[in-house]
Amino acid sequence: MEKPLTQHMRGDGAPLSLKEYERAGGYQALRKALKEMEPKAVTTLVKESNLRGRGGAGFLTGMKWSFVPMNVPKPKYLICNADEMEPGTFKDRILLEQTPHQLIEGMILAAYAIQADQSYVFLRWAYKLAAKVITQAIEEAYAAGYLGKNILGSGFDLDMHLHTGVGRYMCGEETALLNSLEGKRATPRAKPPFPQISGLFGKPTIVNNVETLCCIPHIVNRGTDWFKNLSPGADAGTKIYGVSGKVKKPGAWELPMTVTMRELIEDYAGGMQDGLKFRGALPGGASTDFLVEEHLDVRMDYTGVAAAGSRLGTGTMIILDDHTSVVGFVRNLEHFFAQESCGFCTPCREGLPWIEKVLHTIEIGEGKPEDIKTLEFHTKYLGPGNTFCALAPGAMEPLQSALKYFRKDFEELIRHKISA
Amino acid sequence: MEEIKFSEKSLALVNKIIKRYPEGRQKSALLPILHVAQAEFDGWLSPAVMDLVASVLKIKPIEVYEVASFYSMYNLEPVGKCLIEVCQTGPCWLRGSDDIVEHLQNKLNIKVGETTADGMFTLKTVECLGSCGTAPMLQCGAKFHENLTTEKVDALVEDLRATNARSSYMR
Ligand SMILES: NC(=O)C1=CN([C@@H]2O[C@H](COP(=O)(O)OP(=O)(O)OC[C@H]3O[C@@H](n4cnc5c(N)ncnc54)[C@H](O)[C@@H]3O)[C@@H](O)[C@H]2O)C=CC1
Ligand SMILES: Cc1cc2nc3c(=O)[nH]c(=O)nc-3n(C[C@H](O)[C@H](O)[C@H](O)COP(=O)(O)O)c2cc1C
Ligand code: SF4
Ligand code: FES
Repeated sequence: MEKPLTQHMRGDGAPLSLKEYERAGGYQALRKALKEMEPKAVTTLVKESNLRGRGGAGFLTGMKWSFVPMNVPKPKYLICNADEMEPGTFKDRILLEQTPHQLIEGMILAAYAIQADQSYVFLRWAYKLAAKVITQAIEEAYAAGYLGKNILGSGFDLDMHLHTGVGRYMCGEETALLNSLEGKRATPRAKPPFPQISGLFGKPTIVNNVETLCCIPHIVNRGTDWFKNLSPGADAGTKIYGVSGKVKKPGAWELPMTVTMRELIEDYAGGMQDGLKFRGALPGGASTDFLVEEHLDVRMDYTGVAAAGSRLGTGTMIILDDHTSVVGFVRNLEHFFAQESCGFCTPCREGLPWIEKVLHTIEIGEGKPEDIKTLEFHTKYLGPGNTFCALAPGAMEPLQSALKYFRKDFEELIRHKISA
Repeated sequence: MEEIKFSEKSLALVNKIIKRYPEGRQKSALLPILHVAQAEFDGWLSPAVMDLVASVLKIKPIEVYEVASFYSMYNLEPVGKCLIEVCQTGPCWLRGSDDIVEHLQNKLNIKVGETTADGMFTLKTVECLGSCGTAPMLQCGAKFHENLTTEKVDALVEDLRATNARSSYMR
């Protein structure tokens, strides 16, 4: 089983140095692209590889790059979204801390493809170790001639900087990220225009997730067929999956996108802790719908999870066990979303705290039968199309699916006036 | 009132950060520089510190206040020498973050959001810090403390007390 993204990691958590990365074949893809490929050819290759964005939405990466206007004056920007804050998600942190040069090489290749001359790693503030590692790696890359003017004698110029953002969920939404990077509040912008046309400072900009960018050197090196064959199903490449919650061995693993939920939980995460039973899972982070026992054999790829009624999201699942209060868990998550709402649009700003309050009332045994209707009303009212960005609809996914699969839990707390 | 200034070391860092952004776009440096300021001036941003940042970046003070109040990582009130931030989001909650918070409240004899009388500790709850696979966890300064147990928390608090230094956010 090939694990291109993680196989060269040292195993002790320390970052792969420039020398170690080069010894493992690092920066060969960059040499190849600069020497043998036109920028457009890199975009075409990535498009044909079928790589989909690993930031959660799964948009085709090569397609996204192809929207960038090519014959326009500089500057153009390439931004790595390293704001990772989807609860349950810690995959990008591993890549940032342990293989910084893989990310940097991916970023240079992406920048070359869209002919960007400026790039930023937009890193969340709490990732202090990653900040140190990336800062050092960028310096090494400059010193080795992989960044700066006339990279490897090709005539291509690129600057790269680290931007340490702040810890807010909203900063990861790509247009809010752009506002934050301009030194403003992290509220989203209207799309269209998409950032590809008008992004940072109004210039053409691509924003890609850490894991997405880390795939690029391997696609350039080994080709589209190889990349597609990493996962024999509908999707291409490997995926870094994670499992958190009350399992024996929480963690993250790079695997083909044919792995099932059951395999992840039982074979990789060691199964449930003793005495606990599986009740459900949020397959792709907190902003995805619960899946339950009947879905355990669902394949963890974009189509498989969607067909089961949820989303692959970031591919990092949170497990709910039979000793945990469903209402308490959902209340905890809605608290998160309410805290992190940017307050820009009314349904989200007002609705989320309301939902949190109703859930709390039910949790402490003071709920009323009509509370369930109130919650259901909100899942529609804050659903897709009614708010400015995807935060509010994302917040409704665990709630609406909990009401679907675990309705009895809500009803019993209300009927018997007991607390969770 | 005493005039406040960045130390030479911080000022050098501030100028280095400003250079990361295009000419005339120095406002982009605002968020990173607020972190430098917070680290330098006792872990929080007083109005005077925010005014200093505004003058360094040649922007209006209101532009700084507006941003500083939006992002929860900036402290607009004084904090203790060691800010203990316990993650309370889903994966950590499932693995007992409430017990960790409860334990700290009892141990430090303060509630979440408060500072101990000796000015040593401030306790805060925060949202997911990307350590969900090693939950429950807390952050103190630049350091993550993962797979927490009440024993580990005790050891950490003793250690911080013995060291008696301000936790550093700058690595
Ligand atoms: N990694 C993390 O920490 C987090 C991830 N997420 C994920 O984020 C996702 C939502 O992200 P959004 O950016 O709102 O999704 P989106 O579908 O609007 O956009 C995804 C990407 O495709 C591009 N795109 C989409 N439609 C396009 C079009 N018609 N023309 C050109 N480009 C287009 C966008 O520019 C963007 O880069 C959720 O699915 C969630 O799973 C949410 C929170 C945190
Ligand atoms: C509230 C919210 C938060 C987000 N946070 C992140 C994030 O931390 N990291 C990320 O890569 N994408 C995040 N996204 C998705 C981005 O908007 C965008 O789709 C992604 O960065 C595109 O990269 P990709 O195409 O490589 O996946 C978030 C979206 C929303 C709505
Ligand atoms: S949906 Fe929520 S987070 Fe998104 S813009 Fe509206 S208020 Fe802000
Ligand atoms: S939920 Fe605590 S680190 Fe993610």
